[in-house]
Amino acid sequence: MSRKQKRELYKIGCGAFLFLSGIVLPWIFSALSFIPYLAFALQLTAYLIVGLDVLAEAFSGIRNGQLFDENFLMAVATIGALLIGEYHEAVAVMLFYQIGEWFQRYAVGKSRASIAELMDIRPETATVERGENVETVDPEEVNIGEIIVVRAGERIPLDSVVVSGVSSLDTSALTGESFPRDVTAGDEVISGCINQTGLLRLRTTKVYSDSTVARILELVENASDKKAKVESFITRFSRIYTPTVCCLALLLFLVPSLIWGQWTLWGYRALSFLVVSCPCALVISVPLSFFGGIGAASRHGILVKGSNHLEQLAQTSTVVFDKTGTLTKGRFRVTEAMPVGVDKQTLLHTAALAEMHSNHPISRCVYETVDLSTLSAGECLHVEEKPGLGIVAEYHNRVIAAGNARLMALLGIRISTPALNGTSVHVAENNTYLGYLTVSDELKPDAKETLAALRRNGVKRTVLLTGDQQTAAEAIASQLSINELHAQLLPQDKVMHVERLLADKQDRQTLIYVGDGINDAPVLARADVGVAMGALGSDAAVEAADVVLMDDNPLKLALAIHISRRTLAIVRQNIVFALTVKLLVLGMVALGAAGMWLAVFADVGVSVIAILNAMRALNTKSF
Amino acid sequence: MKKVFKMQDLDCANCAAKMEAAIAKIPGVQKVIMNFMTQKLTIEAEEADLAFILDEAQKAVSKVDRDCKIIR
Repeated sequence: MSRKQKRELYKIGCGAFLFLSGIVLPWIFSALSFIPYLAFALQLTAYLIVGLDVLAEAFSGIRNGQLFDENFLMAVATIGALLIGEYHEAVAVMLFYQIGEWFQRYAVGKSRASIAELMDIRPETATVERGENVETVDPEEVNIGEIIVVRAGERIPLDSVVVSGVSSLDTSALTGESFPRDVTAGDEVISGCINQTGLLRLRTTKVYSDSTVARILELVENASDKKAKVESFITRFSRIYTPTVCCLALLLFLVPSLIWGQWTLWGYRALSFLVVSCPCALVISVPLSFFGGIGAASRHGILVKGSNHLEQLAQTSTVVFDKTGTLTKGRFRVTEAMPVGVDKQTLLHTAALAEMHSNHPISRCVYETVDLSTLSAGECLHVEEKPGLGIVAEYHNRVIAAGNARLMALLGIRISTPALNGTSVHVAENNTYLGYLTVSDELKPDAKETLAALRRNGVKRTVLLTGDQQTAAEAIASQLSINELHAQLLPQDKVMHVERLLADKQDRQTLIYVGDGINDAPVLARADVGVAMGALGSDAAVEAADVVLMDDNPLKLALAIHISRRTLAIVRQNIVFALTVKLLVLGMVALGAAGMWLAVFADVGVSVIAILNAMRALNTKSF
Repeated sequence: MKKVFKMQDLDCANCAAKMEAAIAKIPGVQKVIMNFMTQKLTIEAEEADLAFILDEAQKAVSKVDRDCKIIR
């Protein structure tokens, strides 16, 4: 509670006490003749204590041409009520209004604080070794290449490389991932992680403002600057709403009283109209919901770079995936060995003897499955790497060939036809066929669940775009039941496909492209919402994407859509709730079924309820 | 140039929208964002104009809410 809030609470307390005594005293001492005057004096004092601020604000508003602001409306309504002799009502309305306003401010302040706390990954200090001394300084004062010390329990202040020390890091504040990450000398570490166990000495690789933590904070804080469509709509709506209700109030006062007389009755109803005419419930709760949604997402390691993107995510109908690194681990593995005439071990060992001379990802995965120290083939006499085909290696009286079907055809070796679920590496020794290995990229463990969750969240069309071979892509697509598949694409082909898909969908629906942020910046930019995955520390990806998944778990994508749908649902609830209550109360007031009391509720009461509802957006936990 | 300022006692979202509209009209302001949630004012303008713009912006802010201040 700030000082201002305390002062206001005190004023409300005094006002409420005077107001109540103004009611209770005449009731007890009804015999005394001066009591009605005393009661009136008490009420007037209460009114001034509680409402003087409002009157002053209203007055300065009028002077500055700010008609129709809340203070002005409340001032007119309550002064009007005083003039027509409804002074209990005037005080009560002002009192309620102030209580509501106070609570509203308190709730907004609290929610803002709790969202800020959620994003509190800012390191306060950095401990630097400078010559003999160890100094504690602001992270912004540390230069690149300095040695910093991070003790157990402290937050890593700048992106760095471990010089010495072993520890495990809690990355949950950044990635939402609770499993700790082990680091040792030579590993890169990112700012914002918490050092859990050992003492680490680090050499900084970035200044603070370029470090991960500073960039993330900037992204999240600026996210609410990019307004969602529904926010702009509410702003425009509120500009019409208030003047309209005020005009209606004037009509409600003039027309019936000119026809039937009863000026005070219609005057009272018109003044109650004014009380309902503030659009605050909407103007506060809609951005607050988006802010909460963005906060909830960032708690799970999902950075949404604008309220507009959060809004678009809710209408996702098409999801386009990149394959390698997005749905698959991007790590090849030998998944099958089919020997012909030899045992598996021999096939693998022979293959490794050839592949060990290459750095191609497929070759690497073959020889990494074999313990190289067990291989004894003597000195290698000659190696030839044939691009796009494979490798031929010559040892003492052994010539080993490993590669694709075309290489075997070239060497005139007959091969058996492999089942199509990955990339095949055929192996031959001295022109004798030994069999083949199947190498495939591993699916991420959550890939299947991701696709299922996306379908549950309204995604109708899933598309896989990849530069990889058709067969490898087909295996993945059928395992995950992806609707559509385009393989062997160049980066520009991907843009073309995304454009075709964009033309295919309805305008209000959203197409998202999910990639690992490497080489797919044009596609990320072209999609309605570009999602970069596993982008922690990759500046280019963070720059190009609209949504950044900090770790490389695709399930986070489904979670992001879930959070966005929930946030939008809350926004809709608030809009419908606030407008319904206001219209209902306006109707009741016009018909004389409700007084100013209910009108105040329709103003501040609804605001407070809408704010509390908006805060639920922050608490989206999981599915 | 882009400058960010903290706001003090900015406690109504509707007011923030009004202030933003008013500051946008000050000559020299290229872009302005009044963020109620983060209580931050972002102004884009030429460095030379900034002092003048800030004075005007404070006036515009005070017109909407007397208590509200731009912290420089």
